[in-house]
Amino acid sequence: MSYEIKIENFEGPLDLLLHLIRKNEMDICDIAISAITEQYLATIDAMKNLNLDLAGEFLLMAATLVHIKSRMLLPQAEDEGDEADEADPRAELVRRLLEYQKYKEGAKDLDALPLLGREVFGRKFPSPELAPGAETEFHEVGLYELVEALRELLKARPEEMFHEVTAERLSVAARIQEILGLLSGRESLAFAELLPQPVGRDDIVVTFLAMLELVKLRMVRLLQTTRFGSIRLYPAVTEVESEAWELAEESLGYS
Amino acid sequence: MDTAKLKAILESLVFVSEFPVRAERLAEATDSERGLVLRLLRELVAEYQQSGRGLLLVEVAEGFQFRTPLEHMEWVRRLSHSRPFRFSRAALETLAIIAYRQPITRVEVEYLRGVDSGGVIKTLLDKHLVRILGKKDIPGRPLIYGTSREFLELFGLRDLAALPTLKEFSELPLEPLTDTVASAEGSAEVIEEDNEE
Repeated sequence: MSYEIKIENFEGPLDLLLHLIRKNEMDICDIAISAITEQYLATIDAMKNLNLDLAGEFLLMAATLVHIKSRMLLPQAEDEGDEADEADPRAELVRRLLEYQKYKEGAKDLDALPLLGREVFGRKFPSPELAPGAETEFHEVGLYELVEALRELLKARPEEMFHEVTAERLSVAARIQEILGLLSGRESLAFAELLPQPVGRDDIVVTFLAMLELVKLRMVRLLQTTRFGSIRLYPAVTEVESEAWELAEESLGYS
Repeated sequence: MDTAKLKAILESLVFVSEFPVRAERLAEATDSERGLVLRLLRELVAEYQQSGRGLLLVEVAEGFQFRTPLEHMEWVRRLSHSRPFRFSRAALETLAIIAYRQPITRVEVEYLRGVDSGGVIKTLLDKHLVRILGKKDIPGRPLIYGTSREFLELFGLRDLAALPTLKEFSELPLEPLTDTVASAEGSAEVIEEDNEE
């Protein structure tokens, strides 16, 4: 479900109210609630006609306005000296409107600042990805980036629609060996290179698991040169004795 | 090492730094006192300011960084063919509220804006302009948000104290109504686009 209130560019009910108050040249501390409520309801009716969904906040504000209006119509109960009842029912709304106005202006002030990459420019802006040679600093790859990379891979290989009955046994251990094979004699390996040919989703999952195992075993390190850059595998150890890596599938816990 | 040489070294170090570099780091890298480093850097800032050259050294995001002067904006854009990006109003409002009121929870932001702000906050988090500061010690343990160093860097602010002063309102400022409506229209709303999934 989506709610889009881009009509007239109101950011929300407070914004719409401010607009109406200003349009009517009202004193914000003495809002003519009846007139404003009427116009407010008319506006959201118009919005409803154009949009199928109307954000709940607009309706909540409508209810608030009607509530305030009804309270102002009631005669003040003079015998009950309740502090809260004596206060102007509009006070809370006015306070919120002025507060909102403050941040609305604050937002404009922020936007008026010279922004890096928009008005002023630094050495790397606006396209750090255009400088492939500048591999200066490595960032450790976080979990979030890894998940993103996996998602990218899975997106590129949509699930095949036909049904296959033959059970194929995919081995994480075998994939680990393959990755090590690919990595041997090379300084690094791009994450995307692990699966060059079109393969199924299960292959991707097994490869991903194999890579995570290698990281856990401290045999490879995952690094990227820039944030959101491509993830590369680096061997954590240079000499690998093949006997030491007779991995049993069971030991990995995937069987 | 005499100070003139140290100053030149500091200039080099700031030049090669990708992000605004703190005086502390430069002091460490040059085995010098932080106070001296800071003084020399500020001298450099003033020298660049007076030189009228195509670069400025600016104190930003609690560090130092080279930037082009504002007057050269059009020329740089012409070279890089870059279209100026724009923030959506929702993003700017949310960012302003978080910047001025941090630490703040999502519910508090939404109360001030009067609208659901979860999506905008997520986009700002993805863009690293906002970060999670922790959890508030009230029932539900909601996340509390604040602005990041990237925010300071992007907006060219030395620190949070350098934020423009908020105007207090007791009445609504008079301004042409069409202005606010027109300005938000038809612009490339970078933040907004990412929101739609």
